[in-house]
Amino acid sequence: MTENAYLIPLLPFIGFVMIVFALRWKEKVAAGFSIAMILSSWVFSIIVLIETIGRDGAPYEAFFYITSFDTLNFEIGILIDSLTAMMLIVVSTVASCVQIYSLGYMKDDPRFSRFFAYLSLFCFSMLGLVIANNFFMIFIFWELVGLTSYLLIGFWFEKKSASDAGKKAFITTRIGDLGMIVGLLLIAGGCGTFNYNEIFSSVAAGTLSPTMLTTGLIFLFAGAVGKSAQFPLHVWLPDAMEGPTPVSALIHAATMVVAGVYLVARAMPLFESSATASMVVAIIGITTSVMAASIGLVQNDIKRVLAYSTVSQLGYMIMALGLYGYDTAMGEHSPGYYAGTFHLMTHAFFKALLFLGAGSVIHAVHTNNIQEMGGLLPKMKITAWTFMIASLSISGIFPFAGFWSKDEIVATASTHPVFMFFTLAVAFMTAFYMWRLCFLTFWGKPRDQHRFDHAHESPRSMSWPLAFLGILAVGAGWVGMPWLKAGFASFVYSGEAYKPHADYMLMGVSTVVAVSGIGLAWLMYAKQVISPDKMVARFKPIHKLLLNKYYFDEIYDFIIIRPVLAFGRYMWTFDARIVDGLVNGVAWLVMIWSDIKMWFDKWIIDGAVNGAGWVISSTSSLLRLVQTGAVQFYALFILASIVILAVVKYEVVYNDVSWPVLSIILLAGLYLLSLVSKSVAEKAKTAAAATATDSGEEEK
Amino acid sequence: MQIPILSWLVFVPLIGMVAVMLIPKERVSAIRWTATIFSGIAMILSFWLTWEYFVNYSDTAAMAFVEGPYDWIPTLHVEYFLGCDGISVPLLALTGLLSLISIIASFGIKERVKEYFAFFLLLEVGMMGVFVALDFFLFYVFWEIMLVPMYFLIGIWGGPRKEYAAIKFFLYTLFGSIFMLVSILILYFNAEPHTLNMMTLMQTAPGMTHTLQMVCFIFFFIAFAIKVPVWPFHTWLPDAHVEAPTAVSVILAGVLLKMGTYGMLRISWPMFPDALRSLSFWIAVLGVIAIIYGALVSLAQKDMKKLVAYSSVSHMGYCMLALAAFSSTQAIAGCMFQMISHGLITGALFLLVGVLYDRAHTREIAVFGGLGSKLPIYTGLMVFFSMASLGLPGMSGFISEFMIFVGAFGALNKTLVGIAILGVVLGAAYMLRLVQNVFLGDFNLERWGGLTEINGRELVTVVPLVILTLYLGIYPKQLNMLMSATIENMINLMAR
Repeated sequence: MTENAYLIPLLPFIGFVMIVFALRWKEKVAAGFSIAMILSSWVFSIIVLIETIGRDGAPYEAFFYITSFDTLNFEIGILIDSLTAMMLIVVSTVASCVQIYSLGYMKDDPRFSRFFAYLSLFCFSMLGLVIANNFFMIFIFWELVGLTSYLLIGFWFEKKSASDAGKKAFITTRIGDLGMIVGLLLIAGGCGTFNYNEIFSSVAAGTLSPTMLTTGLIFLFAGAVGKSAQFPLHVWLPDAMEGPTPVSALIHAATMVVAGVYLVARAMPLFESSATASMVVAIIGITTSVMAASIGLVQNDIKRVLAYSTVSQLGYMIMALGLYGYDTAMGEHSPGYYAGTFHLMTHAFFKALLFLGAGSVIHAVHTNNIQEMGGLLPKMKITAWTFMIASLSISGIFPFAGFWSKDEIVATASTHPVFMFFTLAVAFMTAFYMWRLCFLTFWGKPRDQHRFDHAHESPRSMSWPLAFLGILAVGAGWVGMPWLKAGFASFVYSGEAYKPHADYMLMGVSTVVAVSGIGLAWLMYAKQVISPDKMVARFKPIHKLLLNKYYFDEIYDFIIIRPVLAFGRYMWTFDARIVDGLVNGVAWLVMIWSDIKMWFDKWIIDGAVNGAGWVISSTSSLLRLVQTGAVQFYALFILASIVILAVVKYEVVYNDVSWPVLSIILLAGLYLLSLVSKSVAEKAKTAAAATATDSGEEEK
Repeated sequence: MQIPILSWLVFVPLIGMVAVMLIPKERVSAIRWTATIFSGIAMILSFWLTWEYFVNYSDTAAMAFVEGPYDWIPTLHVEYFLGCDGISVPLLALTGLLSLISIIASFGIKERVKEYFAFFLLLEVGMMGVFVALDFFLFYVFWEIMLVPMYFLIGIWGGPRKEYAAIKFFLYTLFGSIFMLVSILILYFNAEPHTLNMMTLMQTAPGMTHTLQMVCFIFFFIAFAIKVPVWPFHTWLPDAHVEAPTAVSVILAGVLLKMGTYGMLRISWPMFPDALRSLSFWIAVLGVIAIIYGALVSLAQKDMKKLVAYSSVSHMGYCMLALAAFSSTQAIAGCMFQMISHGLITGALFLLVGVLYDRAHTREIAVFGGLGSKLPIYTGLMVFFSMASLGLPGMSGFISEFMIFVGAFGALNKTLVGIAILGVVLGAAYMLRLVQNVFLGDFNLERWGGLTEINGRELVTVVPLVILTLYLGIYPKQLNMLMSATIENMINLMAR
């Protein structure tokens, strides 16, 4: 089966294609086909897991190139090792449960088959992500899970809040992806390959300088920060609860959000070489964990409490992995890698169960607000009990699954006092807010009688997956009991000699912390010995800060979103006014210039032409006066001319008169002539006028 | 004797134009189908050419299907010289495909149908010609031929400000062309014996002095940059796009913009490697500015078409960034991929915006909302191409952007490329904003209840683009194989 493991992601993809192109109109068939596909993947995943255990976790790799540029190959392939095998099981198990659950939950939705199409597409992307053998391929599927997350958060897109949340999720995770691209370019680009193993051996051989590696890893980790909703990019996950609850369970609790943790685990051989990068990872992890847990203390929306809980638990895993990388870089042993991946698995089961349980409750009472619930235990037995089992599990109570994995995380932190303190603080807060939720929802008296009256246990398609996950929420941790010879630890370390030892001291401490958290919740919300309202009044400013989630959304809105949008608008004005203004300005200058040219043309060039014409015409009109048509005048003119010429000739020949004088004489002569001709012309004019009058009279 | 396939490719649309002009203008349907058939033949020829090239010639960098050089105007040493290689073949196929699609998308044109299709076919002649010409004079002629039909297509069939947009487009491009002409003349007179043969000049031009190279390079750059358009020469583009009819926008974004980058890659980059080396950093800066600036301005747009137009500015910025990283195979291949994929994706986005505009008679983003529940298929397609545009893996845009980043990151200043990668986030922001405001949210039944789903003819225009976008995104190997020898050769030429 391992050779054909590519079928595991491919089957849900076939489901997606079939629903979109063939089964869309037959809702039941579409859902059935989708479930059949994911169940087949699930069975195959189990076989692959068994085969992997049989190989002692030895990796199996197969790939082909989709293209290569120069020496850089872009491959699509599969890598099956213990980490992948575990992830395949986690993803396909939760996905199967969620798809079956959705049959009931989404029953009356008008876009029922589309929902299953999206779920199938998601399963394909997520399974592809974990089965990938190289960073290029993981990035492809990384983005595809982001797409399906976007589509599913905004599934009820008529709601503005849902479409806003989808957009926010996509863009926020993309900011992380931006870092991831840079990280990939630095690391994969530096090594000249995307393949995991080639990169690991290349880095081990010292291809990258330590600074380059550290920088690259921190950038790469930014991708994980985005996808796994770590501080400071965690803001999208609580909003993502706008999606249908099965989606929250599958994508935003159990699988997609752990992709970041998976990435860090996958790149662990690199983090092991950089203490700085690992420390950054650990610090981000614990910061997130504390921050999210504290916000979870005061929220009233059942899904949001679970969302902050998810963020907090993801922080746990990230911290464990970071500490492991740091300790290993420092040459010390640490159970962190095992703790992180182990917790990833147990958390996936119990958190999916919590979300599905919450969905069942919401389905029954049609509200998310826990203040309007209460006393639901007798009405919804399966839901309530499985929800409480999961709550015990996440609180870390023996022998539930969460106990074993959380214990390893505590063990990892135990060598770092500061981390240890905060880890225990988070454990306390987790136990408190989970049981606050339980008590407010299922115990006590109904606070909204109307809603309570309508509540009912959910149909079997919904309650059976709850029961199944309930079993896993108890038993999934047993594979990691420290007393086992070949337990989870030896599996994820691929047979390497790491033997977790049972530290009863630590177990005791963490149990005490968890129990006291539950106890406080019991005192406040079940027994009501301590009034929650008084607590609120006492810690007013802190309560307000937590209720408003440390004002992250407001701060981001103020320092990022608004400025970017404003800058965009400013750039748009700049573009229209300045850049385009420059173009139009140049055009305008050309127009002005051509206007000037036109004026010049009209008045100077054409003026010269017209001027010449005017000179000629005015001269000729002057000369015309000479042409009177009277013979006597011509005779006089000839006579005068002869006299003048004679005078001129005489003067020139005999008196040697200079030309200026002659000219004056000539001009004087011409003037005389014109005087004469003028008088003649006037006479002719009066004569002509007289004739005109005559002819006019004749006509009359 | 080989069939002169390239000549056929160029002149089949011309024959089609003549045929269209011979049909009486009342027979609208005959005109449409004649245009469709002729551009269909051209498309089949271009596809066949691509296949032939892929099978027989893709392992060498030499020009294939060469015709000529035949003397055309001997006194000026002008020759009729055609040929194609790995960078022109994909663009020819893109031109063939988008031309046919645009002509089918133009069936809705009601007025002056005959002139419209005649101009469109003439436009196709020019586009095909530019990608196959190997003689500068011929290249210049084809380059200018395109302006005329484009001017009329925008100026007659355009929107309210069509005259302004058409004149702006025409003058702006012509302004650039003049610089190109000067540069061509410099090349002509510097070659001994005088020649306009690109292949010969490719060998001799790098021998020119640095100053002369710089002058030629910058002059060519102005001409090509206006066409791309490179920031800050881009402002004709939004105006032209907004005013142009849908099909013309498709051609404008899909093919015309590529001529700028094609010209750089074909002519000015390998011919003036010295100048390229001196200026590559600044070209990269212009590219990065275009990426970020285009994306930011897109974010502020109220008109769908203008948003897509500014996204083009941003996407072509990636091409410029890639071209600046001229020493990297990945970058140059990424640039070619980006040209093709931008042609497919943006072409499709314009088609889809046109589909909505035909029904709603407005493109204002704010007046829509919730169309997803009324028009599921249309919404699906629009979301698909929005995702493609923002570079989602599995689609062609991702491959090109990723390769450009890989190539540029290795060859250029890392901080600069890091800033460019910001465009990925901004791209998501403006595309998702569009999707949310138009397709998600409450549906205004009163106002938009009458909108009809995308029809069969419109689907025919969009579906091929869906298939190609996915094909190039999932299996880029074949296109890469087709180009790789040529690109390798280009890189060697640029490294001279």
